Amino acid sequence: MTAELRTIKTDAETALAEAFAAEKARLPGGRKVAERREAAFRRFEAGGLPGRRIEEWKYTDLRTLMRDAKPLAIPPATRALQPQAVGDALPGITAHTVAIVNGAFAPDWSDLPAGDLGVTIIELFAWIGDNLSYYQDLVAQESDLATALNTAFVTGGAVVRVKKDACVAKPIHLAYRFVGDAPAAMYPRTLVLVEPGAQVTLIETYDGPAGIDYQVNGALTLVVGEGAQVERIKVGNEGATALHIESIMASIGAKADYREFTFTTGGAVTRNQLFLRSAGDAAKIRIAGANLIKGRQHVDSTLVIDHAARGCESREVFKSVLDGESRAVFQGKIVVRPQAQKTDGKMMTQALLLSDKAEADNKPELEIFADDVQCGHGATAGRLDENLLFYLMARGIPRKEAEALLIQAFVGEALDGVGHERLREVLAGRVTDWLAARG
Amino acid sequence: MLEIKKLHVTVDGREILKGLDLTVNKGEVHAIMGPNGSGKSTLAHVLAGKEAYEVTKGSVTFEGADLLAMEPDARAAKGVFLAFQYPLEIPGVTTMNFLRTALNAQRKKRHEAELLAPEFIKKVREASAKLGVDQEMLRRPVNVGFSGGEKKRNEILQMALLEPKLAVLDETDSGLDIDALKIVADGVNRLRSPERAMVVITHYQRLLNHIVPDVVHVLSRGRIVRTGGKELALELEAKGYAAYQDEAA
Repeated sequence: MTAELRTIKTDAETALAEAFAAEKARLPGGRKVAERREAAFRRFEAGGLPGRRIEEWKYTDLRTLMRDAKPLAIPPATRALQPQAVGDALPGITAHTVAIVNGAFAPDWSDLPAGDLGVTIIELFAWIGDNLSYYQDLVAQESDLATALNTAFVTGGAVVRVKKDACVAKPIHLAYRFVGDAPAAMYPRTLVLVEPGAQVTLIETYDGPAGIDYQVNGALTLVVGEGAQVERIKVGNEGATALHIESIMASIGAKADYREFTFTTGGAVTRNQLFLRSAGDAAKIRIAGANLIKGRQHVDSTLVIDHAARGCESREVFKSVLDGESRAVFQGKIVVRPQAQKTDGKMMTQALLLSDKAEADNKPELEIFADDVQCGHGATAGRLDENLLFYLMARGIPRKEAEALLIQAFVGEALDGVGHERLREVLAGRVTDWLAARG
Repeated sequence: MLEIKKLHVTVDGREILKGLDLTVNKGEVHAIMGPNGSGKSTLAHVLAGKEAYEVTKGSVTFEGADLLAMEPDARAAKGVFLAFQYPLEIPGVTTMNFLRTALNAQRKKRHEAELLAPEFIKKVREASAKLGVDQEMLRRPVNVGFSGGEKKRNEILQMALLEPKLAVLDETDSGLDIDALKIVADGVNRLRSPERAMVVITHYQRLLNHIVPDVVHVLSRGRIVRTGGKELALELEAKGYAAYQDEAA
């Protein structure tokens, strides 16, 4: 017998292997898709659930954080669930809603654009049927194990295409939701193709029931064409015991303006990972995020910004507010390839610790292969400034209110980057709600 | 209004105030002068309620209530105001928001109705115009990028809006040129009233040319060592503090 240098499979890994064997024949897509699934699962199996031994997952050890694997969620159509509007995920925001319920596109739950507004939205596998080679190209970039798992199990999703030079007035809201009363797993995948010169705001919300430990492993491929202007805002409001992973693969074209903001308050374990590549010269990229967490919540923001073209500008600003025994992880890597001269990249991450037991891990990295660039990063972690609190209290503001004011100001520096004004107000309101719930 | 009896205060294990007595009645303006390290700023911070200052003995009563038992925000709502020697910068909080939050927090604590936006804005406009504080400054984050003079004017603006019963001015003249000093002093003088007491803490006599006190105290080594009329300030200016340092030693 040969001794294998292989760690013992975790319960979750065993369950995933069993689920893949049992479900693969039933998962959507034709033969080519099935081949992709098989290859992705083999890749996943070879690496196993990512954990401490993999640098990229060092601080978010799925081998311990993901104790088991849930059965695949049943799509709402199969369960004959009564469709509900999903716009309630963001009250007060008028948008075209694309409902992705239990990991599958749910047109009955959606409020899709009517008439020719320059946007087409179709079900993922209906689109793949005609565009398999393109899909293959996109997924071929994956080496990440969580993304491989999504490719293996992908249950459904949508394809959003914004036509060349279209200016979409209302945001497109991808509303992901889990509806059910027993734990389940979802693997949605969405493609957003923004053609050159188009303008669009893309909102993603993730919601689910509080008491159920469901699992989401989502993926989003975003292609921003030349000169397009795209703002993407993600609101992670998963149920308190949910596990959430989302992998974004973005390609930003020449002279495009791309900004995103990720706001996380929900979920027990969250990993937001962004793999972004500047594919054309002179793109402007703004990546920001804010996490407000408490209890034993764990939120990981991992970015890889790959400058592969000349003269691009990128700015990253992340803020985490941590109470209780929560933990925030920030891993930000800026890569500047030899051809990416005149790159201007700056990254800042800051953590505000409201409790002695909270923990922030910041890992900024620069990998620069070009010589004419400006790149920098900064990271801070600290508590609220007692001198500032005293100043506010000396003016009559009670301690809790003074703390709230300073926390709002701290988060505000990241939130100010949100271009959609109404949504910025809604998110500021969520910060206030979070602070009020803190007591 | 304010009665301080045998106050002993320790900072980082070192006794700074060593049995200070002071009585201030309403309508009076008291100046506290003294050399560096005599305990002037300690007194100011203890009155406002800063945590690091430990009161080991003595009492402070304000309008009959035990001031030392109150949190800083409760003291402010009761009518105690400290104009800081070094006003702090608060990034991300506009001056306007800060002023409104402070004023309404105090009103709420006193069971008074909160001021609505139009009423509040009118009040701020009036007060800021008198101090030469422009509207643009109110929209900026508190003290961020303000000059020394602007910061001090902002302190007096806060005082004007919050209408305290007792104002403690900690080295308000420090870092001000003569023009800025006059603006600030005029602002303070407008707030003098038979209902309001002030304690003006300063190292130099020049501020007292503009804010003329009723009583002048000399603080040395943690105690009031001499009390007199406004002419005492002039005497100190002429002779310096050397005599008092010896006296206390």
